[in-house]
Amino acid sequence: MFHIYCPHCAEYREEEEFHAAGQAHIPRPLDPEACSDKEWGEYMFFRKNPRGIHHELWVHAAGCRKFFNMTRNTQTYEIKEVYKIGEQPSVVAE
Amino acid sequence: MSDLNVMTPAEIAATKAAVMDQVPGPEIQGQSPLHHADLESLAKQGPKTGGVHLREHKLLGHLTLRCNPENADQLAAVERVLGVALPLQPLTSAENGDYSIRWMSPDEWLILVPGLEAFDIESKFRDEMGGHYSLVNSSGGSTVLELSGTDVVELLKKCIPIDLHSKHFPVGKVVSTVFSKSTAIVRRTGEQRFELIIRRSFADYIWLWLQDASREFGLVIEA
Repeated sequence: MFHIYCPHCAEYREEEEFHAAGQAHIPRPLDPEACSDKEWGEYMFFRKNPRGIHHELWVHAAGCRKFFNMTRNTQTYEIKEVYKIGEQPSVVAE
Repeated sequence: MSDLNVMTPAEIAATKAAVMDQVPGPEIQGQSPLHHADLESLAKQGPKTGGVHLREHKLLGHLTLRCNPENADQLAAVERVLGVALPLQPLTSAENGDYSIRWMSPDEWLILVPGLEAFDIESKFRDEMGGHYSLVNSSGGSTVLELSGTDVVELLKKCIPIDLHSKHFPVGKVVSTVFSKSTAIVRRTGEQRFELIIRRSFADYIWLWLQDASREFGLVIEA
């Protein structure tokens, strides 16, 4: 079980209150009409699956119902940091 | 956070939401989600001593307010309507007599008022509040249970994954969390007194769960 710090509630809560919502920092193309099929397909369907540091989107589903980002090591399950939407991670893969 | 819609007073008046009094006339009897459990009879017949006391506060007015915590005009408007300021610190609550406000999220609060006052309060909000906000009367969607007694913390430890030690969970703190297989909004109203706000559709499940979980302590129904 993860013990996850919610940056909105400002305290640690059990993982069962949260849902993972996939990879973080996926910007929608500003002009979808101008995208090639390859660009649109990569935005739509292709996700990273790294071994090590990964930036993920989580939602505090049973609590404040806000989304936030988490940097996590997929190999050791260590949570490096949580940060709010719109902020940039301070821990990144080398 | 900023107001996306900056409206003139004339525009605000033109877009004023329709407010409906959800309380029916005297010809229709209001029923709580636990009407079928007949807590009044159980309170008369059941045991009078035990480690956990349960009371339902039924048919209250539940108002969900979403607004901008950085908009001083909106904060002042709330204080004019309810006589108490919105609690801006996470997981806190505020009270003024029968009115109580719970912090639910950085821009959302749950306000409980007496059932017959919900329409008046909502109308007052529509008159006082300006800018971009939302106020929803969700009274029919949930009900309130009050749990108290010497073993209430032991009981809740079985139900929610929250540290209930008074250092971590002082009186007045409110959390929204998973409660057995459902969810609940839990607020500590006294050292051995908690308030649960539960979903209407899960009320029966939680009622059955609480009877089972409190069997070892003894459950006293109050009405």
